[in-house]
Amino acid sequence: MAEGEFFGLLGPNGAGKTTLINVIAGLVRADAGSASVMGADVVAAYRTARRMLGVVPQELVFDPFFSVRETLRIQSGYYGIRGNDAWIDEVMHHLDLTAKADANMRALSGGMKRRVLVAQALVHKPPVIILDEPTAGVDVELRQGLWQFVRRLNRDGHTIVLTTHYLEEAEAYCSRIAMLKAGRIAALDSTANLLKSFSGSQMKLQLDRSRLPDGFPGEVVSQDGAVFVLKLGDFREVEAALARLREAGVGIVEMELQPPDLEDVFLRITKGQ
Amino acid sequence: MIGFRTLLYKEMLRFWKVSVQTVAAPVLTAILYLVIFGHALEGRAAAFAGVDYASFLVPGLVMMSVLQNAFANSSSSLMQSKMTGNIVFVLLPPISYVEFFAAYVLAAVVRGLVVGAGVMLATVWFVDLRLEAPLWTLAFGLASAALAGALGLIAGLFSEKVDQLAAFQNFVILPLTMLAGVFYSVHSLPAPWAQLSHFNPFFYMVDGFRYGFFATADLSPWTSLAIVGTVFFFVSLGCVLLLRSGYRLRW
Repeated sequence: MAEGEFFGLLGPNGAGKTTLINVIAGLVRADAGSASVMGADVVAAYRTARRMLGVVPQELVFDPFFSVRETLRIQSGYYGIRGNDAWIDEVMHHLDLTAKADANMRALSGGMKRRVLVAQALVHKPPVIILDEPTAGVDVELRQGLWQFVRRLNRDGHTIVLTTHYLEEAEAYCSRIAMLKAGRIAALDSTANLLKSFSGSQMKLQLDRSRLPDGFPGEVVSQDGAVFVLKLGDFREVEAALARLREAGVGIVEMELQPPDLEDVFLRITKGQ
Repeated sequence: MIGFRTLLYKEMLRFWKVSVQTVAAPVLTAILYLVIFGHALEGRAAAFAGVDYASFLVPGLVMMSVLQNAFANSSSSLMQSKMTGNIVFVLLPPISYVEFFAAYVLAAVVRGLVVGAGVMLATVWFVDLRLEAPLWTLAFGLASAALAGALGLIAGLFSEKVDQLAAFQNFVILPLTMLAGVFYSVHSLPAPWAQLSHFNPFFYMVDGFRYGFFATADLSPWTSLAIVGTVFFFVSLGCVLLLRSGYRLRW
């Protein structure tokens, strides 16, 4: 994962996404290999590595003894920061937590607790932020607010690593994606390339006859009578295909273009295609 | 250092926020012990000349409260954090295992001493208590609370469930405190038991602590303090090594 990236980590349940995060965060010791955060090894230079890293854990954990503000002050102290109230107020403001600042953690709803988890990961302004399924079980409003805030952090230079089960989120926000399968990287590329190489666009054509002209470009995925589904490398192929049909005098009854879909990529890769 | 201080503060705030359960309840328990045993065993020959039974009992009860509460603080705090998962908040930041150890043990010492002081304040009115060598009282109070706190940390590390911790408390800590001479002088025990009691590190804590009150005890306070200090050193060493290895914290 490169500095300043918005990186997505996808994979089915049990693929090893959280284990990988836990190795980076120092919560799990790697059996082999090493990990480093901004050049600091997570074992040998754990203090530096951990200062560079903010992790939003997947589980909805909280300390029932404290209020939101106390929780955030204590978390700042753990990172060696005192008098952090200005930043704490700012983070709470962006996450819509200000009204709940003095409420006990126990009294918060699930979505609110999730926001506090995000705030806790940010108290020390870490250059690298890992969000492990931050939007699981969270309503639409918070999801959008959260993404707005995370994108702002990314624009300000923070590296963001995200795991999610909502593929449209990864597609919308991540510039690069790794797909894990059974603990191994099954695919690693920019989101655009992944979409192109694994999914590609599809064109659905209904013609006035059930036979394509010779030398027709594009790969036929399926045929049902006069309805053809074709795979396209990119949209420029559409022009060539239409030109060939015109040359051969074939009429088009109906035409539909389907854009590439990360879900399709995900399913192909996780099924081992 | 700020990380250590924050963790210590958080651990103290934790028990203080539920002080009815963590401070008031053990004080009440100790008063009940004093009232019941003090009354039932009234007139029994006291261990030391010129000391009645109830007065003899109070330092033992104070020490028992210190030990049990210091143990309970570190052990239950750590185990609860592990069970609820909020231990990650302490594991993610750059807090070293030595800071982790020191903060948990020190918070346990504070809780033990607060409860011990509470028991003393509550019971001192019932008995005629002298405090002949307060420095010894303080030294044994501190050393014992620290040892119990370190034992509690180990128990908290081992325990994955409430019943495992309860087993540790009921089968190790409770018998060791009860058999440490809280309610009797170990020297009044019949043959094998008096000798066996000398293998119980808690015996030296109670005996030395009592010396601070009456300036007389079964053993020299120097001997007792040396033994308590040695046990504390090895228990702490074991605990720090466990923390360094990430045992049941970092998998």
